[in-house]
Amino acid sequence: MQEAMISKAKQLLADGTVTRVIGWKKGEFAYDITPAIFESSEEIDRDFVYDDFTSTNVSKYLVKESKKEGKILAFLKPCDTYSLNQLTKEHRVDRDNIYVVGIPSDGKLDIEKIKAKGITGITGVERDGETLKISTVYGDETMSVADVMSNKCISCKSKKHVTYDELIGEDGEVITSDRFDMVEKLENMTSEERYNFWRGELSKCIRCNACRNVCPACTCENCVFNNPDSGVENKAAADSFEENMFHIIRAFHVAGRCTDCGECSRVCPQNIPLHLLNRKFIKDINSLYGEYQAGADTTTKAPLNDYTTEDCEASIVHERGVE
Amino acid sequence: MQVNDNKEFQPLIVAFCCNWCSYAGADLSGTNRLNYPTNVKIIRVPCSCRVNPMFILRAFQRGADGVILCGCHPGDCHYTSGNYFTRRRMTLLFSMLDFLGIERDRTRVEWVSAAEGAKFAATMNEFTEAVKKLGPNRRLEDLRCRKQ
Ligand code: SF4
Ligand code: SF4
Ligand code: SF4
Ligand code: FES
Repeated sequence: MQEAMISKAKQLLADGTVTRVIGWKKGEFAYDITPAIFESSEEIDRDFVYDDFTSTNVSKYLVKESKKEGKILAFLKPCDTYSLNQLTKEHRVDRDNIYVVGIPSDGKLDIEKIKAKGITGITGVERDGETLKISTVYGDETMSVADVMSNKCISCKSKKHVTYDELIGEDGEVITSDRFDMVEKLENMTSEERYNFWRGELSKCIRCNACRNVCPACTCENCVFNNPDSGVENKAAADSFEENMFHIIRAFHVAGRCTDCGECSRVCPQNIPLHLLNRKFIKDINSLYGEYQAGADTTTKAPLNDYTTEDCEASIVHERGVE
Repeated sequence: MQVNDNKEFQPLIVAFCCNWCSYAGADLSGTNRLNYPTNVKIIRVPCSCRVNPMFILRAFQRGADGVILCGCHPGDCHYTSGNYFTRRRMTLLFSMLDFLGIERDRTRVEWVSAAEGAKFAATMNEFTEAVKKLGPNRRLEDLRCRKQ
C-alpha cells in the first residue's frame, strides 16, 4: 500500500494536480508516527510512511491547509472521510482545494497495548494475516493482531469512503459493530453506580485538552475552554464539578456532529473512555430523532440544528426504567 | 439553603423563564396571589432557547438543588421555533446528566403560557417537593460555592 501511495503522490505532484501532500512520517521510533506535509518527491521518498501505526485522522489539518495557496493531496482512511464530509458540511474546509485519495484500512495497532505486554525496544512490526511479528532489539516476538488492535478500529463503523476523488484499492461497506454495547451496559446500571464509574474515570483527567485539539468536530476559532472569563481556561480541573463540566460541555458541543472517529479516546493520555460520552449522544439521537450518521453526507441538517413539531418531551428522560 | 428553626432541608430551585410566556405566567400567579415556594429563584431569559447547557451546569455549581426551564408551549414561541430547539437540547442534556449518574429528577422542562399562572404555581410546588425528597445536590456541586 505504501508503495502505491508514494507513486500516486509523486505522480500528482509531478503533473501539477496538487502542490502539497498530507500524510504521515516516522518519528523517533518505528511506531512513533506523526502527520506530515510533503512538498516534493524527495521528501516523500525519504519520509513518507503508511503502516500499522498511521492512525491519525489528518482531516482536521485540512481546515488550515485547504485555505492555503494550491491544492493539497490528502490520503484518507474510510473513517477520516466522514470527518472531512462533516467539515465540508460546516464550511470549515475548502473541499475544492483538496484532492482526496481514499485508502483502505484493515485496522491500526495500538502501541500502548503492545508495550503493556512487556515488549520494549521495538524496531518494527509486520502483519501476516492474524499474527503480528514484532522485531525488537532483544529478538522477535509474535502475537495475535486482534489483541493489540486499537480500540477505535475494533469498533469500526464503516469501511466505505463517503467522499473521494480517487481510490486506491476496493471500497468497502458500512459495517455493524458492537459500539453501543458499553453505553447500554452503563444505562442499565443504577445512577449511583454510573456516578461512581464516571467519577473514577473523569477524575483522572489532567485537562491537557488533547481530546479537543485532535477532534475534527472541535474546530471553533474561539473555543469556550479558551475563554478567560469562563474560569476554566486551559487549566486543570479544581474539583469534581469542573471535571464534569468540561466533559459534558465538550461532548455536548460535538453532539450530532461527532462522526465517532475515535480520535479523542485514542489520544487521551489518561485512557478516559470519552467515546462512551459521544456514543451516548449518538445513541440517543438515533433512538429519539431517527438514525443519523454525522459525516455520511454533506447536505442533511444536523439533529441539533433541526426539529420536528412531534419531537418527544424532555420528560422522556425521567420516564426511563433504571433509577 | 437552610431554614433556621426546624432545620428541614430547603432546596434552592433555579427557574429559567422565557420573557414572553413563562415569566408572564409567573407574574400572573403572583397577581392572583397563588402560593409558590420562596425557594424558587427566577432568571428571566429572552427565549427558552437562550439557555445554554452551561447555564444549567453553572446553576448547579453555584448551589442549586434543582433547575427547571420554562418556556412557551410548542408552537407558541415568540420567535416561532426557539422552544423546539430547546426541547431537543434539553432532552439530550438531561439524558447525559442522567448517564453521568446525576439524579434526573433535579432537572425539568415545563411549558407555561402567560395565561397559566395556576400551572406555574402548581409546577413550582411540585418540583420543589420532588427536589426536597432528593436532598441536597452533591453530585454536581462546587464545594467552593457551598454555603456554610
Ligand atoms: S485528552 Fe484525556 S486527560 Fe486530556 S483533557 Fe481530554 S479527557 Fe482530559
Ligand atoms: S468527539 Fe471524538 S469521536 Fe467524535 S469526532 Fe471528535 S475526536 Fe472523533
Ligand atoms: S469544545 Fe466546543 S467550543 Fe471548544 S472547539 Fe470543541 S466545539 Fe468548539
Ligand atoms: S419565547 Fe418563550 S420559548 Fe421562545
